[in-house]
Amino acid sequence: MKRAKTLVLAVVLVLSLVLCACAKDSGDKKDSSGNNNAGTTNTSSGPIKVGVVNNPPSESGYREANVKDMEAVFSKANGYDLKTAYSLKNDDQLQAAQGFITEGVDYLLISAAETTGWDDVLKKAKEAGIKVFLFDRMIDVDESLYEAAVVSDMAKEGETAVKWLLDQNLSEYNVIHIQGAMGSDAQIGRTGALDEQFASKKMNKVVQQTATWDEAEAKKIVESVINSKASFNVIYAENDGMAKGAVAALDDAGITHGVDGQVIVMGFDCNKWALRELLAGKWNYDGQCSPFQAQIISDIIQGKKTVTSKKIINEEKGFDAKSLTQADIDNYGLGE
Amino acid sequence: MDNPILLTMRHIEKRFPGVLALNNVDFTLRKGEIHALMGENGAGKSTLIKILTGVYQMDGGEVQIEGKPVVIHSPQDAQNSGISTVYQEITLCPNLTVAENMFIGREDSAWIQRKEYEKKADEILGRLEIPTRGARILGRCSLAIQQMVAIARAVDMNCKVLILDEPTSSLDDKEVNMLFKLMRDLKAQGVGIIFVTHFLEQVYEVSDRITVLRNGELVGEYPASDLPQVELVAKMIGKNLDEFSALKGSGKDVSKNGEVFYEAEELSSSQALPFDFKIHKGEVNGFTGLLGSGRSESVRAIFGADKVNGGTVKVKGEPVKITRPIDAMKHGIGYLAEDRKRDGIIAELSVRENIILALQVMNGFFKPISRSESEAFADEYIKVLQIKTASRETPVGSLSGGNQQKVILARWLLTHPDYLILDEPTRGIDVGTKLEIQKLVLKLAEEGVSVTFISSEVEEMLRTCSRLIVMRDRHIVGELTGEDLNQAQVMKTIAGGEA
Amino acid sequence: MNNKSKNIFGNGLGQLTIPIIAIAILVIFNLIRDPSFFSIELTHNNEGNSVLAGNLITIINGASELAILAMGMTLVTAACGGQDISVGAAAAIAGSAFVKILKSGDSISAGTVIIALLFACIVAMIFGAFNGTLVAVFKIQPMIATLILYTCGRSIAYWINGGATPTVTSPILDAIGKFIPGIPVPTPVIIVIIVGVIFKLVFRLTSLELFTQSVGINGNAARLNGINSTFVKLLSFIILGICVAIAGCIGVSRLGLINHETLLIDIEMDTILAVAIGGNNLGGGKFKVGGSIIGAYVIQMLTITLYAMKVSSTDVKAYKAVVIILLVVIGSPVVKEKFGKMMNKLRSRRAKVTVKGAERS
Repeated sequence: MKRAKTLVLAVVLVLSLVLCACAKDSGDKKDSSGNNNAGTTNTSSGPIKVGVVNNPPSESGYREANVKDMEAVFSKANGYDLKTAYSLKNDDQLQAAQGFITEGVDYLLISAAETTGWDDVLKKAKEAGIKVFLFDRMIDVDESLYEAAVVSDMAKEGETAVKWLLDQNLSEYNVIHIQGAMGSDAQIGRTGALDEQFASKKMNKVVQQTATWDEAEAKKIVESVINSKASFNVIYAENDGMAKGAVAALDDAGITHGVDGQVIVMGFDCNKWALRELLAGKWNYDGQCSPFQAQIISDIIQGKKTVTSKKIINEEKGFDAKSLTQADIDNYGLGE
Repeated sequence: MDNPILLTMRHIEKRFPGVLALNNVDFTLRKGEIHALMGENGAGKSTLIKILTGVYQMDGGEVQIEGKPVVIHSPQDAQNSGISTVYQEITLCPNLTVAENMFIGREDSAWIQRKEYEKKADEILGRLEIPTRGARILGRCSLAIQQMVAIARAVDMNCKVLILDEPTSSLDDKEVNMLFKLMRDLKAQGVGIIFVTHFLEQVYEVSDRITVLRNGELVGEYPASDLPQVELVAKMIGKNLDEFSALKGSGKDVSKNGEVFYEAEELSSSQALPFDFKIHKGEVNGFTGLLGSGRSESVRAIFGADKVNGGTVKVKGEPVKITRPIDAMKHGIGYLAEDRKRDGIIAELSVRENIILALQVMNGFFKPISRSESEAFADEYIKVLQIKTASRETPVGSLSGGNQQKVILARWLLTHPDYLILDEPTRGIDVGTKLEIQKLVLKLAEEGVSVTFISSEVEEMLRTCSRLIVMRDRHIVGELTGEDLNQAQVMKTIAGGEA
Repeated sequence: MNNKSKNIFGNGLGQLTIPIIAIAILVIFNLIRDPSFFSIELTHNNEGNSVLAGNLITIINGASELAILAMGMTLVTAACGGQDISVGAAAAIAGSAFVKILKSGDSISAGTVIIALLFACIVAMIFGAFNGTLVAVFKIQPMIATLILYTCGRSIAYWINGGATPTVTSPILDAIGKFIPGIPVPTPVIIVIIVGVIFKLVFRLTSLELFTQSVGINGNAARLNGINSTFVKLLSFIILGICVAIAGCIGVSRLGLINHETLLIDIEMDTILAVAIGGNNLGGGKFKVGGSIIGAYVIQMLTITLYAMKVSSTDVKAYKAVVIILLVVIGSPVVKEKFGKMMNKLRSRRAKVTVKGAERS
């Protein structure tokens, strides 16, 4: 019992240390910006002050890339003074945003933990003349409260992928469709376009199963199809990990895959390791789920881009093994 | 003198699988009397009480209250018939107030205001002269008060028959006197009290009448004033005073010149008060005393079975530390526990595995006894002790009690102990096996093994022991050897007092 | 003759009756559904090795981690009368530790893999000892004690490698998680056999089995016979820790990737089920490791059968639950007793009939 308490205490301690470290991070950056010309927006003399409220990089590989991208784009070299606050909790995020407003940042960038509860804070920001951008996630507030929202469109990711697949002009499409955790945004978006093809009979559904993002489960699903002797020529996995599991099953069964292979392999997320599989020709396609919204926002701030619609869909690529380059991997790959 | 009869139990019979727990038992309780229900372990006291309180259903006989037959199928029925029980362990809620405890769960309590029933409680407590108040939290009161509150609750529920099951076992003298005063008050109010205890003096202090049970049968009902303490003991243990034979210790007395194997000074454990004890090589001694006298607790302390609190121990003259069973085993001590089912057998394991267990533990984790070796051991002892089992791989739990006991004996014999402690090795087994075990004890002693033998049958101990240590109320009150080693003397020492 | 047959079915199989009948029913069901279900063929994989393939291989291979965990869980169950629900999370930690070492150098040599394996084992044993201490020393119920690691285990696994899902590729890992060149049987299957043999050897060379059963059946008596029950319980958790490490490393090696969120996800419940289906008393006491292994294959065969029937994997769990309820209820003491009574009645009725027949004649 004592031991249990100690552990809980230790866990709490470690967590608070991590949070402190994050907080300190932002604090350091604040100190490093020597000259403080508050109030005025976008003066050419001083750096532009940007406050970013985000989820912590530990949340996922996606978030890690997202945070790194923010730090790279809003760097001192590019003329910015960046302050950051990371939390998975909406309340903490609200407080951090409040803090940034009080400090007097020029721009407030938010990827909210929850879609609700932001009205007051955003109104205060507007009163203080601070311009707000949403990135990655939408918030339930009136459009007038923010300049623009730069987000991904999961359904479009699916459409891009399916369009690419149709462009391959196969004589017939026998697809093994491995879905993510049912009901998640990514699953719904990436399934939609393919379901349309199944419905219109342009493609045959060999099997459609969820592996709940589990690589090992994906392998079992494909193995069971192989064992049933059903023929297939496309594997459409809704993330890279499941694609990897599926490929392992193909490898074991001696079925070739990738460019010039018997089976086309498609994945999503653009992990670096997955893109390397593409480059090696073992996979055919990897759809991006872009964590890179910073450049778009920076372009708007600096007037290089004008806002036509408040909701800006972040353009996401789909990579074809045949046209992929090492530079693409370096630029767009997530993780290591 | 004879008050009207309150409760009559007639020809009560209760069977458990394989046992006749109560056989044709009669019991009569009068209005305004305190009636002690006496008997050794397994006599049937608690079974009788559980029938009366609706915990068990009787298989035969009838119960009448004030001449009217009643059917008791549940504790609720018992309560409705005016029968209340206060158990040894308090069954009230320690975190509620005294008043709440007195009225909780009673139909008439639902709508009464708190203040109101605190007042009512104070009234009852005052009347019974119980020194507490209704507003106090029960858990903050002493055990005696808690018990008295439980009694007050019972009394207020119009109970006619109050059963007190070992109410004094955790009270000190002052508290006992308080409780007795309350009992006498209730008696004066006409309540019939059934008093179950194993403290002999207390029985005589308050009881009017004594009913003795033995082995599920009624021995008799006696006015307390007509039954001397020593005779009560004789009846409980099962010997008639007239029958006092010249049966004497037949164990060889080796205490004069023998070498001392084990010696303890001021040995105490969480269960046993400090005591001195020694045993010689090849000696058979016994601990005797009634149930709860501390005989089992003392030998458990020797083996390190309970947490040892203090004392010095020497084995073969060398000071040693025995705080855990494994320490004792390493010094050549074996212990056959009193409660075979709880502390002895590993029921689902085979006879073979049960036999080799202690030896295996002594050999150590990394030196397992091979299958063939263990089979040989098992076969040997099944033969030597004539254990009746379908095979050596039969689960020991499916054997009869006597054969289970033999398996445990085999387990300890296999370790070739220098000192074997046998606590009630003959309980609940047939006569033939009892004799075999007694013979075995004497044979072991001849081979130089020291044996401590405990039995609730004094006769058995006289046959085997050369020295008897007598305990009463957790203290050693006598040590009998030689000429003193006869039944009359044992009874007297156990009973103490005027006898 | 009658006596002998009674022995085989009454005592010979004993607790293995239910799992063996379960597996037999599944086999028969599949054979009727699709006679080729169990066909095995020798094919070549993409590395050019000849390997065995077929549903049976998928089942036996896929159940490897489960079987290994079930062996360890059997011991914990027997000694402590409770189960460890943190095995999945602990396997994620062990797998992450394994990958951490593998990624520490530039290339992966056999030496690195061995060090990584040992490191994973040590890490898992430490976490096992942590659980074991809570249970054996502080007497916390196993499920509650292991709830702690169940809750925070995958976060700890995350801390080891950071957010992304690191990949590792090496022929040595392929040899562990897939096939050893020249051997057509999947390596995880071979590892299960090795672990099983080691268990058997440990039982042969130590008193673990006897002590564990004694502690589990009657702790009081075990103590009075000098058995250190704290040690026995702790040991069972540490042994389970080793099993966890092996299972975690197989899981990682299969795909050359650690995803701390999905590695052996939900396996704890399957593991406990395997132990239960194996006829082991979840309240502790007598046990048969073999039963748990069969239990693991029963669960896996059930899953693969359902996949082969194109049951949606979201529905698979529901179907699995139904079958498992049936198995566990049939194996419950109440049903066994009822069944025994019924058989006795039938027998005595038959006996009466024979007697009557005899009278008539």
